[in-house]
Amino acid sequence: MTDTPAAAPDKDTGRQPVLELRDVGKSFGNIRALSGINLKVGAEEVTCILGDNGAGKSTLIKIIAGLYPPTEGAYLVDGGPVAFTSPREALDRGIATVYQDLAMVPLMPVWRNFFLGSEIRTGFGPFRMLDVRRMRRIADEELKKMGIDLPDIDAPVANLSGGQRQVVAIARAVYFGARVLILDEPTAALGVKQSGVVLKYIKAAREAGLGVIFITHNPHHAYMVGDHFVVIKLGRMELDAPRSALSLDDLAHHMAGGAELDALQHELKQDQPAPAAARQGAEPGAATPVAQEE
Amino acid sequence: MSQTLTAKAPASGGGDSEKTLRVGRRSLLWRFLARPEVGSLIGAVVVFAVFFTVAAPFRQASSFSTVLYASSTIGIMAVAVALLMIGGEFDLSAGVAVITSALTAGIVSFQLSLNVWAGAGLALVVSLAIGFLNGWILIRTKLPSFLVTLSMFLMLQGLNIAVTKMITGSVSTDSINDMDGFDSARAVFASDIPIGPVNVRITVLWWLLFAAIATWVLARTRVGNWIYAVGGSAESARAVGVPVAKVKIGLFMTVGFFAWFSGMHLLFASGVQQSGEGVGNELLYIMAAVVGGCLLTGGYGTVVGAVIGAFIYGMTRQGIVYAGWDNNWIMFFVGAMLLLAVVVNMWVRTQTSKR
Repeated sequence: MTDTPAAAPDKDTGRQPVLELRDVGKSFGNIRALSGINLKVGAEEVTCILGDNGAGKSTLIKIIAGLYPPTEGAYLVDGGPVAFTSPREALDRGIATVYQDLAMVPLMPVWRNFFLGSEIRTGFGPFRMLDVRRMRRIADEELKKMGIDLPDIDAPVANLSGGQRQVVAIARAVYFGARVLILDEPTAALGVKQSGVVLKYIKAAREAGLGVIFITHNPHHAYMVGDHFVVIKLGRMELDAPRSALSLDDLAHHMAGGAELDALQHELKQDQPAPAAARQGAEPGAATPVAQEE
Repeated sequence: MSQTLTAKAPASGGGDSEKTLRVGRRSLLWRFLARPEVGSLIGAVVVFAVFFTVAAPFRQASSFSTVLYASSTIGIMAVAVALLMIGGEFDLSAGVAVITSALTAGIVSFQLSLNVWAGAGLALVVSLAIGFLNGWILIRTKLPSFLVTLSMFLMLQGLNIAVTKMITGSVSTDSINDMDGFDSARAVFASDIPIGPVNVRITVLWWLLFAAIATWVLARTRVGNWIYAVGGSAESARAVGVPVAKVKIGLFMTVGFFAWFSGMHLLFASGVQQSGEGVGNELLYIMAAVVGGCLLTGGYGTVVGAVIGAFIYGMTRQGIVYAGWDNNWIMFFVGAMLLLAVVVNMWVRTQTSKR
């Protein structure tokens, strides 16, 4: 288990990363979903992983979360190699994943969801039972601390908005001692205001000393909170850069496919020069008459 | 263990939270109506009122005891089936599994001349094994429980008759009512207990005890939390570390245990067991659970609801007899009740979940 040498402290920060992937890859049969992934996630750091649909983001998350073992490379936590066989094991090492669509059980009350899998119990022997009062109080307090004031802690999670669900899931992971928080497209299905709420808690989580892995395909959201950016394309790392070496435009460019996008723009310009130009020209003036008609 | 975030509360103008601005208070009545079993409770009151009015014998305490007995024979299994349905699965083999258990205990005790408790013990092992097998196949093949337990249902139905005929030479077991341990087993599984002026069958007491335990487990224990979770969203449950496979297999084994208990009741009530019985009962168990508010898709419902569902069945079954109507109408009324209950439950759920 310990034949791999311990990870050297990170050159940039002088601290050992909490979580590190070295040359990690994953194949399903003859399909290489992922290869050559190198990633370091330290405390108080938001690492954004960007990529288009099918780029291999989900596979990467599932490896980090302990759902799949990688088929090549090494996965290290606190410098020691690990081989997780279940998400529970990853959780026990402080690596918590908040999934976009399966963060919560919709029909269960908020407080039951909050403590699901880590219930507080009292009593002993066959009469060990849930400490309902304490769990409800803690869930309520923790959510209030994060500025979420839910109408009813007993309401099923299905009654919450998408953003509220994500924040409840984040609050849960943080309360249960997560050191690295993996967020799988937390803003993908959300409106502008809801996304803002979630981004605020990503920042709050970093300030509380957590490492955050933020998976998204929105470069604007990523750039607002990220310290380090990784772009994945066709299962490989296309970009790996700190914030200091990158502008939002660069990131958007990489994310959108870089050279491919240039070619696409060129192509579209040639195909439909007239409508594009007409719309651009007409837009500022056209807005007023439409508003008046209504 | 715990850490907290120090995020700023949303900077809202005037200090009014979204809660105070947009959420009205819900009355106590509204909260009561949002319970899953409310539809069945209304149904039970209506059915009771109807038979109380039209059938004079229905009003006597002794016939109420008979109604409770009829309810308990379905109700004991409905408790386990409700737990399983909340956990997101069905068991179509539950009806014949009861008979398998009774046949096993009867045949083993008679053929090997054992104390009937030994036969009952072996039957318990067989019943738990059937439950385990259902759950294990479900987990390993990832097939829907409908298919897995339908196969088990057909196989057990065949085995019940074929094996009984092979060993005893007839379609029923040999009588074991003069064998060692029969009287004590009968006292546990099939006796009458005088309570005041009426004799109450012991299955009624067992039924209520099992329902109370199951309700406590569901609402107040970790396993109960997990049952709701695996039924509501197995993937979410797995992602937070709930042992989904163990919970599901455990639920099937719980159904197995209750099938054993019901089988022992049948066997020790008469001492013999017909091998062809039980077919169709699995749907009555499901009916009771669904009338009581369990969702077919899992993750929602209560055991109390299933108890009320079984009680509605018992009242309908006996009420029709007391009213002097043709017996053949029973299933029609049970079916109509089911349809009505499902529609009412759905309506109540959509109304109460509105904000």
